[in-house]
Amino acid sequence: MKRIMRPLLALGAALACALPALGVAGTASARTPSQKLQGQKIEVAAVWTGTEQKNFKRVLDAFTKQTGVDVTFTSTGDDISSVLEPRIAGGDAPDVAILPQPGLLKDFASRGALKPVEDAAGAQVDQHYSPIWRTLGTVDNTLYGVWVKGANKSLVWYNANVSDDAGVKPAKTFDDLLASMQTVSDFGVPPLSIGAANGWTLTDIFENIYLAQAGAEKYDQLTAHEIPWTDPSVKDALTTMAKMVKSDWLPGGTGDTLQTEFPESVQNMFSNPPKAAMEIEGDFVGATISGNTKAKVGTDAKVFSFPPIGSGEAPVVTGGDVAVMFDDNPAAAAFLKFMASPKAGEVWAKPGGYISPNKDVPTSAYPDKTTRQIADALVSSDNVRFDMSDQYPSAFGATDGQGEWKLFQDFLSNPSDVDGITQQLESAATQAMNSQ
Amino acid sequence: MTTTDVDAGRASPAGTGDRDTPGAGAASGPPPELVRGPGDEIRPPKPQRGGNLLRAFLFLLPALLLLGALVVYPIVYSVVRSLYGRTGSDFVGADNYQRAFESTSTLRALRNTAIWVVVAPTLATAIGLIFAVLSERVRWQTAFKVAVFMPMAISFLAAGVIFRFVYEQDPSRGVANAVVTSVEDAFRPPGEYPGARPSDPSTLRARDGGYRTTAVFRPGEVATVGMVAIRPENVPADAVRAREPSASPARAIRGVVWLDFTRGGGGTRGTVDPTEDGLPGMHVQAVRGGETVADATSDPNGTFTLTDLSPGEYRLALASDNFRASATGVSWLGPSLVTPSIIASYLWIWIGFAMIVIGAGLAAIPREVLEAARMDGANERQVFRRVTAPLLRPVLMVVLITLMINVLKVFDLVFVIAPPSVQDDANVIALEMWRVSFGGAHDQGLGSALSIILFVLVVPAMLFNIRRMKVER
Repeated sequence: MKRIMRPLLALGAALACALPALGVAGTASARTPSQKLQGQKIEVAAVWTGTEQKNFKRVLDAFTKQTGVDVTFTSTGDDISSVLEPRIAGGDAPDVAILPQPGLLKDFASRGALKPVEDAAGAQVDQHYSPIWRTLGTVDNTLYGVWVKGANKSLVWYNANVSDDAGVKPAKTFDDLLASMQTVSDFGVPPLSIGAANGWTLTDIFENIYLAQAGAEKYDQLTAHEIPWTDPSVKDALTTMAKMVKSDWLPGGTGDTLQTEFPESVQNMFSNPPKAAMEIEGDFVGATISGNTKAKVGTDAKVFSFPPIGSGEAPVVTGGDVAVMFDDNPAAAAFLKFMASPKAGEVWAKPGGYISPNKDVPTSAYPDKTTRQIADALVSSDNVRFDMSDQYPSAFGATDGQGEWKLFQDFLSNPSDVDGITQQLESAATQAMNSQ
Repeated sequence: MTTTDVDAGRASPAGTGDRDTPGAGAASGPPPELVRGPGDEIRPPKPQRGGNLLRAFLFLLPALLLLGALVVYPIVYSVVRSLYGRTGSDFVGADNYQRAFESTSTLRALRNTAIWVVVAPTLATAIGLIFAVLSERVRWQTAFKVAVFMPMAISFLAAGVIFRFVYEQDPSRGVANAVVTSVEDAFRPPGEYPGARPSDPSTLRARDGGYRTTAVFRPGEVATVGMVAIRPENVPADAVRAREPSASPARAIRGVVWLDFTRGGGGTRGTVDPTEDGLPGMHVQAVRGGETVADATSDPNGTFTLTDLSPGEYRLALASDNFRASATGVSWLGPSLVTPSIIASYLWIWIGFAMIVIGAGLAAIPREVLEAARMDGANERQVFRRVTAPLLRPVLMVVLITLMINVLKVFDLVFVIAPPSVQDDANVIALEMWRVSFGGAHDQGLGSALSIILFVLVVPAMLFNIRRMKVER
C-alpha cells in the first residue's frame, strides 16, 4: 500500500522498524446512556499516527457517542503485520484492525484469523458501496472486510505557476498530456517528477496506463495473473509509458530520478525554481504538499484526472484501507456496521486528508474543492480498479529491490527493452504466485 | 534439591562423598586429612566430586539458563525453522538453502559481503595504524584522537542518515557533490544555456556539443536561430525583446538567436514573436569547409553580426561552450558506487576504534627495543617494518578479526543509506535476511536459512578469536 508515511525518509522507515512502538491511547468520552452496548470495550488497531490518527479518533469518538462502546486505539506504525502477527499467534489480536493492503486481508482470512462481517455490515456494504468493494472485501465467497478509506491514484498533480507560464491546460486526453509535457519541457522545466527510488510510484503509473489502454477486463485478468505479463497488451502499455518516462523529461534525468524518494519528488515540483512540473500519483500527494512544501493546494498546486488513452475510458486506480474483525463480539460488529455507514465517512472527511469509497458520503462533507474533485472522481467513475501490485503477493508487488518494483525501475533505466522487461516480470510473477 | 542437601554435602567429611550418612565421618574416627605425618604438607582438601559439581552447576545455572534461552535456543530454533517453508507448517528440508543459493539477490549479497569483509577491515586497520603511529608524534594528539574517535559515539542509524544526506545527488543538498561540482565547475565553467535546444530540430543539428545549421547562408542574408528549453531563471538578466534584423551588409551575415517560447503560451514556432526575448552572450560562428572563419557574440536583443566574410556558402554554428552543463557531480548512490560509498561511511565510524586499540598496542611496545634498533643503525622505516610491526601483529589481528565479525553482520548502514532502488545492488547478507523475513515476502523459512548461512560465515572468525584468547592465557 502506497501510504504517505512509508517513504518518509530512510530515517522514518528505519525507526519504524527499529522501534515498532505502540502508541496506545484511549478514548474516553461522553456517551449517550441507555445503550445496550454501553460500557463494552473494543480495541481498534491501524497504521495511522500523528494528524491521521487524530482525524481517525474523531470517527471513534462519534462511534462512542452513538453506541456507548469504549474504543481503545492502537497505532501500529507502518508495519502493521509485524505488530499483528505475534498478537494473533499469542491469541491477543485486537478486536478490529484496519489493514492497508488487500493482501493482508487475504492472508489473515485464509488462515482463519478473521471473522466474517456479512452479518455485521453486509447490508451496509451493498447499500452504500459500488460492487467492486464487496469483491475486494471477499475471500472464498465470504465477506471479511469493509473498506473504510479510499484512495484515488489516477491524478496528475501540477505546479499551476509553471503551467501558466508554459501556457498549458489540464489534459483531456493522453496525447494532450504528452503534448503538454513537451511544451513544458520546451519552456525549460522538466515536465515529470517521479519518486522512482520507491518502485510503487512506477507501478502506479503503469497501472493507470494499463487500465486506460487495455481496459478493465484485461486489467482484472492481469491482476489475477490469468494472462501473462508477456501479453501484447502489457507491451503496448509499456511502449506508451516509455513515451512519457523518458530521461529528458525527468529532473536530473533517469539516474537522479531513481534516487529520488517520493516526498522529495513532490518537493521538486514546488522548489524554487521548480525542478519539475507534474507528478502522476494519488490523493496523498496533497498531504505531502501541505506538509513538506510552502505551496498551497488549490492555488499553487492543482490536480486533474489521469486522462483516457485513445478511445478508452479514463482510469481510476484506487487503493484503500479495509476494516476487519478478529473477534466477533457485538461491540466489534457494531463498529464495523458504523464504519460502513456514510456517517463515519462524513465525520472523517471534515478535517481533510481523507476520501471515502462510500458513495453515499456527500461531497459537501469534504473541506475543499480539490478534495471534492478527487473524491467525486473515485465514486462516480465506472472504470475503477484496485491497485494491481497491491493484489499480487508482496514478494512480487510490494518489496523493495525485487519483483515489480525493481523491474519497473530497470524499465525506467532502459525503456526501450520492453520485451526483456515483460519476460522478467512474467518469471518474477510466476515465481511469487507459486511460492504463495 | 534443597539447601539442606547442599549443606549436608558440605558438612560431610572430605573423601567420603557419602551424603546419606552425614555424620558417618565423625562417628568413625578422624577424617583422613587430619591423619598426617609430621613432614606432610598442609594440602587443601581434595575436591569432593559430587558436591562440588553440584555447586558449580548451581552457580552456573543462571548463566546457563540465560545463554540457553537467549543464544542456544534461538540458534537451534533458527536451524529448525530454516527447514520449514514460508508459513512454518510445511517441512521442506534443505529447500530454503537451495533457494538461497539460487536467488540472484542472495548471490549479490554474498558477493557484496565478501567485498565488505575484505575491504572494510583492511582499510580501517591500515588507516587506523597510520593514524596511531602519526598521532604519537603530534603535539595535539589527544584532540586528534578524540576527533577521529568521535563518530564511534554515534549510532549506525544516525550515521546512516547523515551519510544519506552527504551522498545526495543534488549539490545543493549533498555535501560530497557540492565539493565535487564546485571543483569541476571551477575548472570547466558551465555555459550560459545548458540544456537549450533548437525550437525546430530540422533547422539545427547537434554537433560536438553545440549546434550547426542545416541550411547554408551567403553574406548579405539574414539568419534566425530559435532556441527553447531554457529555464526562465537561466535567461540572463540583461536580455531584452528579440529583434530580427531586416538585412545584412554585403560582406556579413546578420541574425538573431532568441528564446522561441512565448511565456504563457501562444506565439508561433520559428517566428520572432513580440514578447520573446533575445539570448545575449551566445557564441555564434560562421563555418566553411569545416573551418571556423568568423565568430560573434550576440547582443542583449539576440542579434549578432558575422563580418569579413568572402562570398560563398557558410553554415552557422552555436559553439559547444554555450551549452556546457554545470557539473552534476558523482552518482555516489548509483548502482556501481553505492557499496564503496557505504564502506567509506563505515570507515568514518570505525577508524577511531582501530586507531585507539592500535595506539594502546603501540604504547605497550617496550621503548628499549626501539632504542636498541636505532642504536644499531636502523632508520625509522626499518624500525617500523622490522620491529614495531611484528610486535604489533597480535593487536592488528585482534582489530582485523573484530572488524571482520562486525562487518559480516553490517545491516543498518546499508539499509539506511542505499535508496530503495539500489538496495539490491548494495545488498549484504544481513540485509537480505531482513528483506526476505520482514521486508514484504515474510518468508521466515528462507530468512532463517540465510541467518544460518551468516552464522556459519562468522564461526571461523569467532573460533580464531577464541583460540587466540586461549593462547594469550
